[in-house]
Amino acid sequence: MKKLGQLTILILIAAIVWGYFKPHSDQVAMSIEKLVLTGSSTVAPLVAEIGKRFESLHPNVRVDVQTGGSSRGVTDTRTGLANIGMISRALKKNETDLLSFTIALDGISIIINQSNPVSSLSKQQIIDIYTGKIINWHDVGGNNAPITVVNKAEGRSTLELFLHHFELTNTQVKPHVVIGDNQQGIKTVSGNPNAIAYVSIGAGEYEAEHNIPIKLLPLDGIGASVSNVHNRSFPLSRPLNLITSKQPGGIAKTFIEFARSVQVNDLIEAQYFVPIAN
Amino acid sequence: MSLSQTDKHLTFILRLCALLSAAVILLILIFLLNESLSIFQHVSVSRFINDASWHPQQGLYNITPMLSATILSTVGALILATPLGIASALFSYFYAPKFLATWYRRLIELLAGIPSVVYGLWGLTTLAPLIAQLHPPGVSLLTAILILSLMVLPTVALTVEAAIAAVPASYLQGAMALGLSRWTSIKCIILPAAHSGITSGILLATGRAIGETMAVLMVAGNVVQHPHSLFDSVRTLTANIALEMAYAMGDHRAALFVSGLVLMIMVLLLVFMAAFFKRKPAYV
Amino acid sequence: MSKINFATLLIWLVAIVITTVFVFILAEIIVYGLSGLSWSFLVEPPQNAGRSGGIGPIIISTGLILFVAIATAAPLGLATAVLLTEFTPQDSRFGFFVERSIDILAGIPSIVFGLFGNAFFCLYLGLGFSILSGGLTLACMVLPILIRTATEGFRAVPNDYRLAASALGLTRSAALIHLLLPTATPALVAGLLLGIGRAGAETAALIFTSGYVDRMPDSLFDSGRALSIHIYDLSMNVAGGDANANSTALVLIIILFLINSTSISLANQWMHKRVISS
Repeated sequence: MKKLGQLTILILIAAIVWGYFKPHSDQVAMSIEKLVLTGSSTVAPLVAEIGKRFESLHPNVRVDVQTGGSSRGVTDTRTGLANIGMISRALKKNETDLLSFTIALDGISIIINQSNPVSSLSKQQIIDIYTGKIINWHDVGGNNAPITVVNKAEGRSTLELFLHHFELTNTQVKPHVVIGDNQQGIKTVSGNPNAIAYVSIGAGEYEAEHNIPIKLLPLDGIGASVSNVHNRSFPLSRPLNLITSKQPGGIAKTFIEFARSVQVNDLIEAQYFVPIAN
Repeated sequence: MSLSQTDKHLTFILRLCALLSAAVILLILIFLLNESLSIFQHVSVSRFINDASWHPQQGLYNITPMLSATILSTVGALILATPLGIASALFSYFYAPKFLATWYRRLIELLAGIPSVVYGLWGLTTLAPLIAQLHPPGVSLLTAILILSLMVLPTVALTVEAAIAAVPASYLQGAMALGLSRWTSIKCIILPAAHSGITSGILLATGRAIGETMAVLMVAGNVVQHPHSLFDSVRTLTANIALEMAYAMGDHRAALFVSGLVLMIMVLLLVFMAAFFKRKPAYV
Repeated sequence: MSKINFATLLIWLVAIVITTVFVFILAEIIVYGLSGLSWSFLVEPPQNAGRSGGIGPIIISTGLILFVAIATAAPLGLATAVLLTEFTPQDSRFGFFVERSIDILAGIPSIVFGLFGNAFFCLYLGLGFSILSGGLTLACMVLPILIRTATEGFRAVPNDYRLAASALGLTRSAALIHLLLPTATPALVAGLLLGIGRAGAETAALIFTSGYVDRMPDSLFDSGRALSIHIYDLSMNVAGGDANANSTALVLIIILFLINSTSISLANQWMHKRVISS
């Protein structure tokens, strides 16, 4: 009796597997066009969502999005492994062989814990904190507590923009914690009342609105918000780009145009980035 | 003893499989060498030890602080996890009532399957703030050691338990017949008999601890510095690769592969050392 | 008498501490993740970058990846272990080096496996970002665990068994199948469970091999997102993904629990039919 039961289970599994792997007759009729995008993990969720909407409008196209970082996006686009690359920055000086198409903007803001009484910091104060000249919050109007400086890892576009804006080199920065992704920075600051970090404004604003104990500091007097990045008043922002190795044609061209159109503005805003199309 | 035809066929197939298994590490070695060779054309090996710091964007490639972080976090994790793991195995096999033992074992098996990301998140959101209250910044060598020990504990516990279960029942029966107490028979008979399995468990745990990437990335703090106290933020070699690989190009990328190579050499030395110190398992 | 009590006390204390810590961790996942669980969560595809919708295709992808990994590593690992213990003399150099290479393999970082898997399976063998690449990479990772535990299992079988089999005129193969394998089953199962656990929990190795695409895979050659990567993406990359990250983690743990229970009961059944322990 037991053997019968086991046999039944085996047949059931075989049936499921077969039903799953049998060729889909409807697909044999259509030819599938595949579009492969690789690159920045910051841009990937957005492009994946754009891809899904694109697939619903073009049923014979499959948009495959892979992560691996901006440098992978550049390498794969050059070698042809990817049709389009995704990078969370502008192209560098040694990347003139590639073409870039901006699909969204992202601001960068300083964040501190919500319980921290400090409400703003001047450019010089931020530089001094990050280079280790100011080490206690009471020197900038806060509590008597040592500052935990959070920096981003080398090579990240957020780091490079931060350094460029504050005219520093990475060797001058004396961090206590180094993070990778935005969320890591947000979680570090929300768990440590004396931490200071810089993250994407979109992510920061979202979390602050959803009761995570962080607050975004204004930069040069301009409040850190997605709307201020939209009206271009916020001084620190970066473009999110799609890149190709040559002038895009065919399905790649259609996709890039779609990603830059107003049809995806709601998707961009859902990821807390700033759309560029009006 | 001459082998039958079946046995000869079997031996051939088994040899093939073993070669395949052994070939994997060779492939990985070739891969690492291939990726890191490019940087050695203009950066000498000594620079990886003597440069001022690790700032690859500015051509500085000192990996020694990260090497010490890897070694310290692994050793720390092993110091914690080994006795706890052995104690766990002893608990579920000898000390716990049957019903409890099954559930405890299930718990440990479950924990072997929790993704490293979940351990890391828990460390970042719960453990680190607690340690931050003791001594900022919270994400530190200590946090990394604690999380790593949690992660390798199931490995040690499960392999040690399998080893203890495999000790012939006659050993324990003989000990009982001699009137030895439970703890004495464990200490003097069972554990020595199972030492080969225990060593294997520790070796597997060491491998896991050295190779752990995600969780350590989230809780160790990732500042490249030699730790002067348990509360200092450190970056292990694995976390370094994970952190910077996504955005590294050219020499920077090759330098990261060099650190991967260093890790592999470290494990190699460890394995050969362990092999020379390990006694051959004695049959009855 | 007091010595025993001290040891007993210590061991019980260890068990209690460990149970408490782990229950604490599990409780957090359950508390934050339970509310998100529902039938639709288990079968629907993800929407809005995973913040809504479900994880249906991801569960299937993970199952397939695990299947490929275990189906490859288990026979290979078992064969290697059998060779090392039964068919190689104690002082053989071949056996020594095979064992050492397996031990070294156990210490390779997961991210190096991911990069290697990408270079070898995806690029060199041309499998691309696929479930197959991911499964094979995981097989490499899990191989040392299976081999180590199987080796210990076989080494622990009393030599009497082998001598008796030889005295009865059994071929080595027959002794292996009818005597040694059933006796070593508990160790083999322990190793299998450890291996499955490790494979299911792995993140870094899969990012570069089986990829990021969260669509339902049509074949093993399609890219498919694993549960661990989904958890990573939701908690570290996407703002507001924490709730679903916890639910996904809960699902993963439940799946692993089910696999564990089934494997143990199957193994017990098989073993009890063949071996009566002395």
